[in-house]
Amino acid sequence: MKNILIFGASSKIAHCTARLFAAEDSKFFLVARDSTKLESIAKDLEARGANEVVTLTVDLADTSHHSACISAAIEAMARIDICLIAHGTLGDQDLCQENVDETLNQINTNGLSYISLMTRISQQMEKQNCGILAVISSVAGDRGRQSNYVYGSAKALVSAFTEGMAHRFAQSNIKVILIKPGLVDTPMTSDFPKGPIWASAESIAAGIYKAIQQPKTTAYLPFFWRYIMLLIKLTPSWLMHKTKL
Amino acid sequence: MKYESWGRYPKADQTGSQLPAQPDSRVFSQSKPNLPFGRGRSYGDVCLSSKGQLLDTRNMDSFLEFNRETGLMTCQSGVQLGEILDLCMPAGWIIPVSPGTQFVTVGGAIANDVHGKNHHIVGTFGRHLKAFELLRSDGQRLICSPDDNVDLYKATIGGLGLTGLITWAQIQLTKISGNSVSAEHIKFSNLTEYLALSDESSTGYEYTVAWVDCMARNEKLGRGIFSRANDSANYIDEKPSRTLSVPIDIPISMVNPLTIGAFNPLYANKQFTKHKNEILPYRSFFYPLDSILHWNRVYGSAGFLQYQCVIPESERTCMFDILKVVSNSNMGSALAVLKTCGDLESPGLLSFPMKGLSLALDFPFNGLSTLKLFDELDRLVMSAGGRIYSAKDAHTSAQDFQKMYPMWEALERQRDPAFLSDFWSRVTNQTP
Repeated sequence: MKNILIFGASSKIAHCTARLFAAEDSKFFLVARDSTKLESIAKDLEARGANEVVTLTVDLADTSHHSACISAAIEAMARIDICLIAHGTLGDQDLCQENVDETLNQINTNGLSYISLMTRISQQMEKQNCGILAVISSVAGDRGRQSNYVYGSAKALVSAFTEGMAHRFAQSNIKVILIKPGLVDTPMTSDFPKGPIWASAESIAAGIYKAIQQPKTTAYLPFFWRYIMLLIKLTPSWLMHKTKL
Repeated sequence: MKYESWGRYPKADQTGSQLPAQPDSRVFSQSKPNLPFGRGRSYGDVCLSSKGQLLDTRNMDSFLEFNRETGLMTCQSGVQLGEILDLCMPAGWIIPVSPGTQFVTVGGAIANDVHGKNHHIVGTFGRHLKAFELLRSDGQRLICSPDDNVDLYKATIGGLGLTGLITWAQIQLTKISGNSVSAEHIKFSNLTEYLALSDESSTGYEYTVAWVDCMARNEKLGRGIFSRANDSANYIDEKPSRTLSVPIDIPISMVNPLTIGAFNPLYANKQFTKHKNEILPYRSFFYPLDSILHWNRVYGSAGFLQYQCVIPESERTCMFDILKVVSNSNMGSALAVLKTCGDLESPGLLSFPMKGLSLALDFPFNGLSTLKLFDELDRLVMSAGGRIYSAKDAHTSAQDFQKMYPMWEALERQRDPAFLSDFWSRVTNQTP
């Protein structure tokens, strides 16, 4: 049996990923902010064959709850085989530019809270001497761009931190995976006009599921974002600054 | 997100938004008429609302409960039938009624009260619903079942999404012994032979359906292949789903007299022997077209219309006239499907099937000539006391519709005042 801990379990990507594990003799500990959503996701996973689903309603932006939250997960599951960190908000870039508090809030929710959780989870995995930690960052962290550099810089922090941790555990039984989704059609992005490079949450979830089974430690999802971001990173500033990207 | 119906005719710009996973009445538009939208698998305009707001249910895709002992399944209305099969088939259950595609949602299956190859034995999808919840625009959440809120229960089954938003539904699944059917395919050389085969197979076979070559004329009028099948205990390893896709819009229809003229005789003779037996997975038997994603694009950017009618048993010879009109028009489609429906009544007020013969054909949209042909077919169907299937319709007049479905006024009374579709505006002469 696999014990799976998910932070931000009510996100569409996390929910779809959990579904893929539900059929495989799994026990879940789900953490999210919205208790109604959590309850419905728990029922869904149970109907799909999950062994047991425990839920905990916590606002993960408040890092002071993290210690108790992880203790509860360890108490419920003894050993954490897989941990997925997936919570977040797509902040309003314009609002952030007007308001320092909002900027720091976004950096905290999408960046610092990840650092807090990852540090604590890695300590537990070291104790267990095993575990897989999958962290959802974003292609937005690969280069700061005028349209969403607040969210992007929080994710840049997460990406660098995750890469470093993956390096640190490379010779051990612990695997750390950096997940970088591109544009994903989820309720969080429902107001955006959609084009052909948008992916469904289901296909991103399938990519995460696959990355967890494989040895690789960085997954761009879908794969072509690796090349799109490479081009964007190679674009000289004088050219970049002429775009609205 | 671009919303269109499966036939991509009529063309009309749609506005829609994805509902959250747990919607409440605040998601409804106050200023524009609302209409639930599943996966856009109905053909005409029942799923369209040009002046309104489509309520996209794709995020309402959770299961609430699945009892593996009793086969009772409760899920949200945005769950697709194929997702139910993924879960229930390994546990020895199957959905009681399968339409031609597994991509329809549970909400859509209820709203159109879909039927399948086993209609003569089990009736429509609506007969297997234990209960569902309806969210009305005034904020009421009503549990509807054969015992509760009966009027809304009957109006919602086959109610074309007009009575409110179905949030979840409970379905009684059917026990199966493996994952396959044992099928028998029999060539028949005209409609008279079909009728004999169909009568002979009405008992003893769970599933019956026929493909008809609607280009064939005279003594070959209505030739085709009859398939009948039963549950089989065999377990066939389904190949990892290799699906093809029509990736782009084809500017002109690939389905035209030339290609059909070549394809239909080949298909009609695809088996050399009169009888052919095979064991095949349920999904291959039920959904042969699902293996080609976006197959609707082969009809070109003008789109296509499907004509599906049912003729009462007592008037079934009218089908000869219908097939004659179709074959003479030279516009017929590759896919003509003939099915003998049974007499099990649906609870739905506006359910389509009746005891008799149902025929479904696709036509690329060729402007006025297509619509004229449909008018001619409508006259035949009306004179025989038959009706057309709203889920496929894009042309029927209000006058004809109201004669075919005299219960339409009862549905109109139960309609949520904040809900309306292009179809309903058309067949009831109202403007949103």
